[in-house]
Amino acid sequence: MATVQLRNIRKAFGRIETIHGVNLDIEDRDFVVFVGPSGCGKSTLLRLVAGLEDITDGDLLIDGQRVNEKTPKDRGISMVFQSYALYPHMNVYQNMAFGLELAKTDKQTVDQKVREAANILKLTPLLDRLPKQLSGGQRQRVAIGRAIVRNPKVFLFDEPLSNLDASLRVEMRIEIAKLHQRMTATMVYVTHDQVEAMTLADKIVVLNAGNIEQVGSPLELYHHPKNVFVAGFIGSPQMNFIDAEVISADSTGVKARLPGGGSVIAKVDASGAKAGDKITVGVRPEHITIGGGESSITGDVEVVEELGESFFLYVRTPDGKLMTLRDTGDAHSKVGQKVSIFLPGDLTHVFKGDASALRRL
Amino acid sequence: MTKMLKPVGFWLLVAFIILFSIFPFYYAILSSLRTGQGLFDPSIWPSGADFANYAGVFRDVIKVWGADLPSFLWSILYSLMVAVSVVLISLFLGVTAAYALGRVQFAGRGLLLMTILAVSMFPQVAVLSGMFELVRVFGLYNQAPGLIIANLILTLPFTVWVLTTFMKELPKELEEAAFVDGASPWVVVWKVFMPLMWPAMATTGLLAFIAAWNEFLFALTFSPDNRTVPVAIASMSGASQQELPWGNIMAGSVIVTLPLIVLVLIFQRKIVAGLTAGAVKG
Repeated sequence: MATVQLRNIRKAFGRIETIHGVNLDIEDRDFVVFVGPSGCGKSTLLRLVAGLEDITDGDLLIDGQRVNEKTPKDRGISMVFQSYALYPHMNVYQNMAFGLELAKTDKQTVDQKVREAANILKLTPLLDRLPKQLSGGQRQRVAIGRAIVRNPKVFLFDEPLSNLDASLRVEMRIEIAKLHQRMTATMVYVTHDQVEAMTLADKIVVLNAGNIEQVGSPLELYHHPKNVFVAGFIGSPQMNFIDAEVISADSTGVKARLPGGGSVIAKVDASGAKAGDKITVGVRPEHITIGGGESSITGDVEVVEELGESFFLYVRTPDGKLMTLRDTGDAHSKVGQKVSIFLPGDLTHVFKGDASALRRL
Repeated sequence: MTKMLKPVGFWLLVAFIILFSIFPFYYAILSSLRTGQGLFDPSIWPSGADFANYAGVFRDVIKVWGADLPSFLWSILYSLMVAVSVVLISLFLGVTAAYALGRVQFAGRGLLLMTILAVSMFPQVAVLSGMFELVRVFGLYNQAPGLIIANLILTLPFTVWVLTTFMKELPKELEEAAFVDGASPWVVVWKVFMPLMWPAMATTGLLAFIAAWNEFLFALTFSPDNRTVPVAIASMSGASQQELPWGNIMAGSVIVTLPLIVLVLIFQRKIVAGLTAGAVKG
């Protein structure tokens, strides 16, 4: 049972401020994922919550109590590190028992808790092994085991899966999701992997250059990004952005001029736009289809990528930009071919000159 | 032809180097087994083994707590006590200092490290008289603690440096994981870092032991009556003023070198690990 509240949190290393006043409410039992490009401060923010870095300014509340000056242990957190950080000279059992022993827990309770955690994580046959005798996935499970034996209020994960190979990553991702269902703890998870963020999170926090860009559920961020940054960051491959001009704006949406002469009526709240405004039109590769009509752009196919279950077309448009189109099945276009690509108005995003989005209707 | 010459030349060089390093010790053993006129035999081949010198070394007796004890044995015990104390204190101070210097960010850290290194640049003679004054003021003249503290000036700089370098190599996340587990800095050093630093501690500990065991100048100056082995050997005297008891001196030297060789053999593996640590990222 724990809520975490960040009140205007700032962090400066020397004179350089890297976190610029972050406000965030994490509810009890939430699974919150911090995402962002490298250097955006997501790991720093996690370490501030953990107590491994001092908070320069602002308040951090766990369960309503200010914990700025408390040690990691007194905050009731536990953390899983990217490099696992297992104690190399201790076996699996000792690694998991270390924290409990430091807390002067009696031997029986320690033994019971360690065996319980080992059971959950399928580590029972490995309890006598040293970390160097374990595979990457097993090490990661020990690191998680070490975190859960102490029954923390808040679980922190710092890119826990990035050292694992692809298939193991999927497996561990599912284990972490199951763990969250089983435990009653609040979890905060840092990753740069979109799939992890989308699949694990109740709430995603998108960070950029030490500021929160948007907080929301995975689908909220996918369908209603607040600005160009979030729109570009969430979704892979990246959303296509087209520089355009408003022809007209009314209650049905914004009509925008497309490169090559066409136009699209984007179904967005047009209250902030007027004719003549410079805007950016955004549309995701998976929402574009091949087909003509008024709201289409004609261009040359430059690259075709076939993935089997889907394919990507990269089309050079008249304004010189490369647009990406994704569709299922096999590609029927060839390199050098002229194609018309169709932009569906109800799935088109519009961003104003200051990069903020007009909300889609 | 050159194909043959290359390996032959190589092994000749190796043989020469081995001969050059081993011969003095071999000659010491040889001399220690000769007595009387035999000592003046320039032959480099053993001519019978006479252990009279070894017995002779232990002939002088002093009273220790009412019992008769060969004075040379007493010197060995005294040296052992001094050297072991120096090693333990050096390692304790070295590890704790290494934690501060290798792990904690503070202003003047680089300067402090350079100062520690600078201490070892002074020749022993330069600090001898000043050190003597200190030892006397604290009333430690002729006593083991005085000698131990003086010897620390020789062992601490390299102990601190080697351990600091080693400590810096240990991953930061290990320490952070321990903090999250509720460990204090003391527990981190004691339970997490120390077990990982055994190779470095074995290496520096052994070097400190050798330095303290063989140290002569401080021992002669600060503790002339309670003699360590180098001083005891140097002050061995023969039947008359003109006679230098070469046989006894050599026997004594061989006796005190053996423990060092045994220690090196025991810790050999650890030393190699310690000396190469940090060369390649593990």
